[in-house]
Amino acid sequence: MGSAKYYLNDMSVMFGRSMRHIFRSLDTILTVCITPIAMMLLFVYVFGGAIETGTENYVNYLLPGILLMAIGSGIAYVSYRLFLDKQRGIFERFHSMPIARSTVLWGHVLTSLISNGISVVVIILVALLMGFRSSAGVLEWLMVFGILGIFTLALTWIAVIAGLAAKTPDGAGAFSYPIIFLPFISSAFVPTDTMPSVVRAFAENQPVTPIVEALRNILTSQPVGNDIWVALAWCVAITMVAYFFAMKSYKKI
Amino acid sequence: MTKNIIQIKGVKKAYKEVEVLKGVDFEVEQGGIFALLGSNGSGKTTMIRIMATLLKADSGSVVVHGFDVKKNPGDIRGCISLTGQFAAIDEILTGRENLIMIAKLRHLKNPNQVADDLIRRFHMSEAADRRVGTYSGGMKRRIDIAMSLVGNPKIIFLDEPTTGLDPEARLEVWKIVKELTAAGTTVFLTTQYLDEAEQLADKIAILHGGKIIALDSLEGLKKLFPATKVEYVEKQPTLEEIFLTIIGKKEEK
Repeated sequence: MGSAKYYLNDMSVMFGRSMRHIFRSLDTILTVCITPIAMMLLFVYVFGGAIETGTENYVNYLLPGILLMAIGSGIAYVSYRLFLDKQRGIFERFHSMPIARSTVLWGHVLTSLISNGISVVVIILVALLMGFRSSAGVLEWLMVFGILGIFTLALTWIAVIAGLAAKTPDGAGAFSYPIIFLPFISSAFVPTDTMPSVVRAFAENQPVTPIVEALRNILTSQPVGNDIWVALAWCVAITMVAYFFAMKSYKKI
Repeated sequence: MTKNIIQIKGVKKAYKEVEVLKGVDFEVEQGGIFALLGSNGSGKTTMIRIMATLLKADSGSVVVHGFDVKKNPGDIRGCISLTGQFAAIDEILTGRENLIMIAKLRHLKNPNQVADDLIRRFHMSEAADRRVGTYSGGMKRRIDIAMSLVGNPKIIFLDEPTTGLDPEARLEVWKIVKELTAAGTTVFLTTQYLDEAEQLADKIAILHGGKIIALDSLEGLKKLFPATKVEYVEKQPTLEEIFLTIIGKKEEK
């Protein structure tokens, strides 16, 4: 046992299983998309006229933050599904079988990447209908999806910790609220210049701002400068720390 | 002479301050049904989780099918299956998909065939392609036990297989459990119901106060009990019989 071939086989079985969950409950993807899309409509058609961003097209300005928000709410389902697996004893069944333990988690993590990817595409399509335009080429789009992918990975491992630690289904998803609201105190909706100094200091030094700035500059073919490195550093650091603690609490169950 | 398939010596386990197992010793012969009888919280589940490699004992030795639980947990996982207290089934998947998933995880050559055979054997062809979420409690238990049989494990652990089931479903589970031993499989079950142990088990061990206080066949144990107590036990199935007779008559009409 333990050979690489079995590892991949087990991983693909786990992945297939949770992908079935996604496609059999497409409403979860819908739920994930609705709030960010509503926010986008609200900000573009209600507040947008009064917001000075220095860009002509407010949808262009807004979209990166909206995408991060969608991923923030999408990962709540990761921890919900993990919690159910733990509570229903499905983990125990898998763990008493001759398979590598970590494949059980990785199945959920891969599924999170795919389902959040689907939500992101849906929201981009809606944004296109609302007048979002980008001068980005194939390479730039790959960079955008790369950054969003690493961001999803980072948040997913936080979701794993929450799902494993939760005592109730509601508790499993609760951790995501602060993450969903993080974009509000960043440059996602409005430039940080007009914020009071304390808020501004927080906004400019939390992970969402450099990620949003990097995405926005890539999509509009502007030089990304330092932002992309700060953004990647945040994502990689969060992933590593969250992965460490997720694995630690996974070993205990 | 045949070597006993499970050998437990001096197993101790405490959760923080609370000592649950205080030196448990017993051996299980190959084949037949072995029941671990005990009240709620007596440590039955703890014992079964230790044998199924899910939990580490604080001290003592556990040998399952010739493998030491400390040195070769992987080998033990290869020859056992565990059916926990709550049906550990994926409710989003169909019964058939659940069986195929387990067959794939056990690296069997023909997962579809294995699933077909078990569906036929457990008379589940009608329900096999429905989602498990729509099953009744008894049906869930049935597919749960069927999943334990995938790959013909040498030892099947059943943790309180009938807790929470209605009397009809309970009888059905009893019938299935009896049939399991036909192929030489050893069944290890825990129960808090005296009549369940009486109906099913070839050997009964009583776990009380963190130790095995009696281990014998039913005949042997009966000699330990005063006759009056036996009467009290025998009163319970009478109500059950009445219930089942009434239900049976209704269905005939």
